[in-house]
Amino acid sequence: MPYQRSLCTVLLFLSSTSLVLAETPASLISGYAAEAAKTSPAFAPSAQRGQAFFTREWGISQKMPNCTVCHGKNLKVDGKHVVTDKRIDPMSPTVNPERFTSFKKAEKWFKRNCTEVTGRECTAAEKADFIQFVSQ
Amino acid sequence: MMNYFSALVLFLGCSLAHAEGGKFSQPNNPKWKAECGSCHIAYPPRLLTAGDWGHVMGSLDKHFGANATLDAKDAEEILDFLRLNAGSGSRHAAATFRISDTEWFAREHHEISAGVWSNPAIKSRANCTACHINAEKGDWSERGVRMPKGISREHD
Repeated sequence: MPYQRSLCTVLLFLSSTSLVLAETPASLISGYAAEAAKTSPAFAPSAQRGQAFFTREWGISQKMPNCTVCHGKNLKVDGKHVVTDKRIDPMSPTVNPERFTSFKKAEKWFKRNCTEVTGRECTAAEKADFIQFVSQ
Repeated sequence: MMNYFSALVLFLGCSLAHAEGGKFSQPNNPKWKAECGSCHIAYPPRLLTAGDWGHVMGSLDKHFGANATLDAKDAEEILDFLRLNAGSGSRHAAATFRISDTEWFAREHHEISAGVWSNPAIKSRANCTACHINAEKGDWSERGVRMPKGISREHD
């Protein structure tokens, strides 16, 4: 019995901490910004740079030369996967509250999509700028 | 006993055959749905054999032209789910590991002419929801099929 009770306490504690530790767009921005500041101490996230990144014509991938071919130019409406036509939920956390609430998920998609579109992984600075841009 | 068994087999066989193009029961797994359903709809596990799913999941870095690599733990859970609910028999297997290259797929879509698939409103055989409009909700029934405007099944 005492063992069960302590297990319950541990589970309760874990579930409450996971709630506390759930990420938000703002917490992801500060995390990436802190990492970026390690190499450039004056770093401050910029929505303008984020937008330039988002609309830049990379031309690395034939099917996905830029971000907007799938995500569209208006981040507050659905996008459409350029290869499969699958609907993509809006990028903007202001209309899609699920966006940028998981570090793991953000990392997964940055890794996949940056590699596909820019031909390399994105830097922490680029990630901070990008989330800053889509959050506005 | 034997009769009872054969009746059961027959019954199961019929329900499966009946369910072929209909609302077949949809096994669910949140990781499968999220991970396999981002770029395309999460294709039902029963449409490919366990062996073929093994190949698909073992080559996610080159997933039909895209890098779809997953976290090792997530990939393992998803593969277990796919194998458990996989289809059986050669009609669900394809040398290319594409569901659209299986015998089952060809038979189910025999009335669709080649020109229909390449129509811009459909794009490819991978775009199930272009016609199976409620497929994401598990409705694959004939009645749930709506061809995009201006396209008929036999169109060429």
